[in-house]
Amino acid sequence: MALIVELLAQGLQMAIVLALAPLLTGLVRVVKARLLRRRGPPILQPYRDLLRLLRKDVLLADNASSLFRTAPYLIFAVTWVAAALVPTYALGLMFSWSVDLIAIVALLGTARFALALAGMDVGTSFGGIGASREMMIASLAEPAMLLIAFTLALFAGTTQLSGIAAYALTEEIGLRVSLLLAAVALVMVAIAENGRIPVDNPATHLELTMVHEAMVLEYSGRHLALIEAAASLKLLLYLSLIACVFLPFGMAFGERAPLPMLLGLLAWIAKLGLLGVLLAVFETSIAKMRVFRVGEFLGGALMLGFLGTLLLFVSRGM
Amino acid sequence: MMLVSVLLLAVAFLALGTGALAAGTQPPWTVAVYGGALLLAVVGALVALASLTTGTVDEVVLPLGLPRTGLRFRLDGLAAFFLLVLDLGAVVACLFALGYGRHEPRPRRVLPFVPAFLGAMHLVLVADDAFAFLFTWELMSLCSWALVVSRPDTAENARAGYVYLVMAGLGTAALLLAMGILAGSDGGYAFAEMRAAEREPWLAAVAVGLILVGTGSKAGLVPLHAWLPLAHPAAPSHVSALMSGVMTKVAVYAALRLILDVIGEVAWWWGPVLMLLGAASAVLGLLHAILETDLKRLLAYSTVENIGVIFTAFGLAIAFRGAGLQTGAALALTAALLHVLNHAFFKSLLFMGAGAVLEATGERDMERLGGLIHAMPLTAAAMLLGSAAISALPPLNGFVSEWLLFQAILQSPAVDVWALRFLTPAVGALLALAAALAAACFVRAYGIVFLGRPRSPAAAAGHEVDRWSLAGLGAAALPCVLLGVFPGPVIDLLAPAVATLTGGATLATQGGQGWLSLVPVDPAHSSYNGLILLTFILVSGSLVAFAVHRLASHRVARGPIWDCGYPDPSPATQYTASSFGQPLRRVFGSVAFSAREQVEMPAPGDLGPARLEVHLRDHVWTMLYAPVAGVIDALSERLNVIQFLTIRRYLTMMFGALVFLLVVVAVWR
Repeated sequence: MALIVELLAQGLQMAIVLALAPLLTGLVRVVKARLLRRRGPPILQPYRDLLRLLRKDVLLADNASSLFRTAPYLIFAVTWVAAALVPTYALGLMFSWSVDLIAIVALLGTARFALALAGMDVGTSFGGIGASREMMIASLAEPAMLLIAFTLALFAGTTQLSGIAAYALTEEIGLRVSLLLAAVALVMVAIAENGRIPVDNPATHLELTMVHEAMVLEYSGRHLALIEAAASLKLLLYLSLIACVFLPFGMAFGERAPLPMLLGLLAWIAKLGLLGVLLAVFETSIAKMRVFRVGEFLGGALMLGFLGTLLLFVSRGM
Repeated sequence: MMLVSVLLLAVAFLALGTGALAAGTQPPWTVAVYGGALLLAVVGALVALASLTTGTVDEVVLPLGLPRTGLRFRLDGLAAFFLLVLDLGAVVACLFALGYGRHEPRPRRVLPFVPAFLGAMHLVLVADDAFAFLFTWELMSLCSWALVVSRPDTAENARAGYVYLVMAGLGTAALLLAMGILAGSDGGYAFAEMRAAEREPWLAAVAVGLILVGTGSKAGLVPLHAWLPLAHPAAPSHVSALMSGVMTKVAVYAALRLILDVIGEVAWWWGPVLMLLGAASAVLGLLHAILETDLKRLLAYSTVENIGVIFTAFGLAIAFRGAGLQTGAALALTAALLHVLNHAFFKSLLFMGAGAVLEATGERDMERLGGLIHAMPLTAAAMLLGSAAISALPPLNGFVSEWLLFQAILQSPAVDVWALRFLTPAVGALLALAAALAAACFVRAYGIVFLGRPRSPAAAAGHEVDRWSLAGLGAAALPCVLLGVFPGPVIDLLAPAVATLTGGATLATQGGQGWLSLVPVDPAHSSYNGLILLTFILVSGSLVAFAVHRLASHRVARGPIWDCGYPDPSPATQYTASSFGQPLRRVFGSVAFSAREQVEMPAPGDLGPARLEVHLRDHVWTMLYAPVAGVIDALSERLNVIQFLTIRRYLTMMFGALVFLLVVVAVWR
């Protein structure tokens, strides 16, 4: 019986991240449009886009290989699994111990690896420019993310996300410098990893400023739908990660009971909404930076993460 | 018993090599030699496996070698584990060579040396006294040197052979001196006597330094790596696989054996030094690899990176041991040894894949390759797996060892040494950077070579390689998945090897963990399960594919490339290897290589082409190698006079040398 409840709880998370991801993207778009005094698309537009893309035929380039055709499924599956294993509404779900924070970072690396290769498959200059810049951004964002993981792990004594959130929920922490540094760094990494302004612009189709869009330029139909859905899932994942580590209030832990889980679910949705609105406000209030300034931006995130880890190392045992 | 069979195997390898001297140039000879080596390697792997599972320690003393000491051999857990790595690497390479070796232009320069090389490496791993070790080490070096110069057609290969010979000589000289220090004035040349001997801490520290020069120069540790990207690619590809995948591991074995086992008590500060050297190797190797356009040399630079990762874990283990934390040392060493095994597989796979590309197109230059996934689908699939594994992507094997190393770093605040508090986070950051750079490097390598459109007629005319070569690639690719999904049994298997170095401490047995999870320290602290991850990804991926194809659309239409509406038919409009590396060169190159870009634009109205020049400086070469070589040149120029003296003067010099040595002995005693 307990096993069934556990399986259901895990299955619920898997379903709910998938169901909510386009809504989050829609919300960010709507808020951005309103801030620019446009009416903007309806909040449900991403669902409609996905359904329309799914129904359309795929138009493949003549020389597209099998890698190009399998990559969208792999990218979607990996991102979905990663998003399903980040604690959202409840801690200690059935399979949450099978990957820790380091593994989740690396899983997103797997998805990126596949996407960058798919971008290079047809052999266009846009695909190449996108893949090359994506890997340049990742080569700074990934170590920054790992250092954030180190900071959190040293702090909570575990690399398990459930463990970190439980520690943050149950212990008296107060204001800690390294946590603050890690939080800032995590936000910077989240912005870069999701291709948001100021690093990349998800709405642009101007050649020289594209990163993510340049890689998926040759995709169409269901393949494009899967990649778009994966991008939405990734945004949801990062916001859930920030919520889980730095705003763990309301998450259900311990025994599985309906009420705390319902509360946890509502709290999580509220947190996602809040972070989504904040993201939209941030994006409208800042200009996109040149591609080679991204190095400095992410180098900053890397140094913040490093300082956070260093402070914890040095303060140990004093 | 097991040791005797290992020795017999080594002798059989050497005999096979000697027999191959008589070999003709016909393919049956190639098949006979590689087939024989394959069989011997399979037997060797089984013996090593049996030795690891039974955990026996064998010793043999032969009445040869040094007087008093004899020729000693010993087989324990550590040696057995490295024998397993060696023989598995040999199995994969020989399988590949059964097909690939037939295209060798000069088989008589390769065939005798491959089995001899394998035999010599077997002997290094079981040597138990200074003479046996140095003799077999030098035999290994010379055999591999012969293979490096097996294609002396180009000046580049000839130079590679020369540089390798010099570096190998330097390494052996350093090891010789280290052995002298360890043996002490009483001349106890057996490793057992060295273990028992008492020596002053500073002497031990000097010995460690010399051993690091000797083994690090063979393994490719920065700053002694300069020969490796020259020599490894110069050899035929299956030999490159052996050199990068296996011989560097023999050097790692020698470092572990001599430093942690024979010397035993190592000053703690060697730990941080090794961690820094390792982390520097990891990052510098990858930065070189990212800017390299020769496929095999790129792989050789990536070997420098992986050796750096292994040595970082090694240094961490020394630091843990110095603080008395044997379980931390066990964790770091488990990560190191697992990475040794993982790297043996994926680097062999990648080098052999590069060999397959070379065989199919005649090209190593990435700027002239492209689109090979269409002509070589199976090679491309194997290479994709290898590229993903070496980039430390879950659920493959490279990630497991990297993850264990990160877990070990997270244990290190327990070490109460100030220097480490500052250093370990920096080393962790460098390793994290290396992991991300590896992904960039291999996206570039794979994307340029196998994806896109062919950049030259040779690449367009590529074809799939023969079945034996594919079997070799498959045999190397399969473990990359298996080790990633079932790391637990392998970690249990290498526990005896770890125990040899930590005084008995090992990780908790992984076999008993639920769901075959990997739990290095404590389930509450960290756990990883590649099996569940792979299952999840496969199930959700197939579910989605099924649902989309069933419920939405499954039709495919083909059309010309879109490319924003202006596709250009020329393959020259694609991104090249250099252009892919440009953003990374901008971000990292200015620091690491003093990279400078110079753009010459023609004057307005002038129709001449614009020029872009990039200047890079290899600081290690200009700051270390060039001055040393200059000093040696100048000295030898001076000493050249000695060649032309009269016999009377030579006799006087001999007398002087004798007096000097006697004085030294008199003072020393």
